[in-house]
Amino acid sequence: MSEQARHLLEVDDLEVHFPTADGLVRAVDGLTFSLEPGRTLGIVGESGSGKSVTSQAILGLHRGTPAKVSGRIRFDGVELLDLPIKDLRRLRGNDISMIFQDPLSALHPYYSVGKQIAEAYRVHHSVSRRQALARAEEMLELVGIPNAGRRVHEYPHQFSGGMRQRAMIAMALVNDPRLLIADEPTTALDVTVQAQILELMKKLQREFGSAIIIITHDLGVVADIADDVLVMYAGHAVEQGAVNEVFYQPDMPYTWGLLSSMPRIGSPRGQRLATIAGSPPSLIRPPSGCRFHPRCAYRGLVEGDACVTTPPRLVAGGADHRARCHLEPGARERVRLQLSTIDSVGER
Amino acid sequence: MFQYVVKRVLSIIGMLILISVSVFALFFAVPADPARLTCGKNCTPAIIEANRHALGYDKPIVVQYFDFMKGLVSERDFPDDPVIAKNSPQSITHCPAPCLGYSATQGQLVSTMIKQAFPITASIAVGAFVLWLVGGIGIGVLSALKRGSILERGLVGASLVAYSLPTFFIGLLLLDIVSIKYGLAPPAGYTPFVDDPVAWAKGMILPWITLAMVFAALYVRLTRANMLETLSEDYIRTARAKGVPEWAVIVRHAMRAALTPIVTIAGLDLGGVLAGAAITETVFNLNGIGKTGVYAIQQLDLPVIVAVVLLSAFVIVLFNFLVDLLYAFLDPRVTL
Repeated sequence: MSEQARHLLEVDDLEVHFPTADGLVRAVDGLTFSLEPGRTLGIVGESGSGKSVTSQAILGLHRGTPAKVSGRIRFDGVELLDLPIKDLRRLRGNDISMIFQDPLSALHPYYSVGKQIAEAYRVHHSVSRRQALARAEEMLELVGIPNAGRRVHEYPHQFSGGMRQRAMIAMALVNDPRLLIADEPTTALDVTVQAQILELMKKLQREFGSAIIIITHDLGVVADIADDVLVMYAGHAVEQGAVNEVFYQPDMPYTWGLLSSMPRIGSPRGQRLATIAGSPPSLIRPPSGCRFHPRCAYRGLVEGDACVTTPPRLVAGGADHRARCHLEPGARERVRLQLSTIDSVGER
Repeated sequence: MFQYVVKRVLSIIGMLILISVSVFALFFAVPADPARLTCGKNCTPAIIEANRHALGYDKPIVVQYFDFMKGLVSERDFPDDPVIAKNSPQSITHCPAPCLGYSATQGQLVSTMIKQAFPITASIAVGAFVLWLVGGIGIGVLSALKRGSILERGLVGASLVAYSLPTFFIGLLLLDIVSIKYGLAPPAGYTPFVDDPVAWAKGMILPWITLAMVFAALYVRLTRANMLETLSEDYIRTARAKGVPEWAVIVRHAMRAALTPIVTIAGLDLGGVLAGAAITETVFNLNGIGKTGVYAIQQLDLPVIVAVVLLSAFVIVLFNFLVDLLYAFLDPRVTL
């Protein structure tokens, strides 16, 4: 009981399946993680690994669609999956809010930015239109939009990409949420604006003490902002733990691949970026055994055919670090050494 | 904005002038002689020529055209002949400005005929417009929300059937079944709204239903398609994620976006019907603009044809313009 009370969010064995004409798409398949107040969790993975689906499941956005969601999602001790929609709606945008990727399509084209932020406020507070609009203006100022008094009446198409994302953040924060889910908040932005947005999120987290889940395929973003990281592959976690542990002691081949495919300043000109061979697997008929095995370069280091036949379990590798891999700890250590040598050669 | 309005108004005037020129040209290109139609079997060439002169058809086309244009700003007399005016002043009809002309066949000023016909057409159009808009959009939204259900299939199928039936068929069917066989509604007839609103509505109900059925089907399909597309937009998900109640998500977010393009089509359709619903008017024997125009063409009654065509063109062009203005108002991304 006491352990449960400590977590703000607890996701336990989450499954999100979509029935399609071709079969059941297992977009999320047995995902477990938790989050404490004031902490930031980064969820990384390729497109189609189930990152966004997970975040939408937390808000119950799959309700009313054919998607089948099972498992448990507890927010502050409340089970969200079978919460009546009326009660869930009270949490949405209020205690848990979300920043969507691509703010141009996520904002309504026919309403002014101010009205949209004000609506998020008015849904959860009984205030007049004017008070809500004043609050919207205040939020725009908070996220650093100049001339907020004028901008509040403008429409999304009149904002630049970075400003739209700021407006989206203002909308997500208008009710001081305890959990903020940011789904690729910086994907569409150039690097300087991206840095500003991340800085803004960090600042707001310090101010409001919110927990943040940041979903991205940019490991740099995770390194910058997250305390913990969850690496997703084909609908489940393949490695999770504290950012420092996972980034400096990565424990399985997919994470190795992700980390070594990052471009680095100082790598020799003309050197091709490392890639992970193959493409993400079908989520209708995922590979047997370890779901990563068809693309794994280190399968040969595992004796027998465990990789093909037996799904590996998430096993603790450190105090706050778990990975899903059949490789022996000794073998992992040797590969890590080898990779870091290549890296340091590159950096020289 | 001001510049845009001025430009559009000028282009509308230009377009109407072009249309009037083409109507004149087309009329005289028809191999039929309006003067020949003025007297019956025992006609002599002399009488025909006299009538041609009295009707003004003996003047060059260009002169006739400019007489017509002049009449729009100054008064005219029919026939425009000083000799007749002197010998028998009682046979002269005075036409005050703006003068649309004089129908010799009907023995009436064209403006008087239009004044009588337009309220009938307007009554049919406005009532039918409200019906098809409410019905079409209502059913469209409902079938989008109930996607995949039997209800949706039934509604969309029924609208397709209504869309496939010709107007005169629906009209005759309604007249026969509703009015004649079961006596549920009186056969159509026009009572001015100000005289008796109830009788007005009763007399119009069948034409309304007829026109509405033809048009509503298109609106059902359009609304349904737009709603389905809008409901899958990211900003609908955003609204739900904000905690907005589902009814408000549908009305405030989805319908707001899905129905805006329909405004364009609705405005154009209303303009089209206001310009005369010839078939419906004919089926129900209502002397609206459409029926007046059809009759004038049968009688080779040039002044009436010109007036009806110009009025119809004006209404359509005007509604085009209004729709564009309204759209800029409804969609903040559009600037004029």
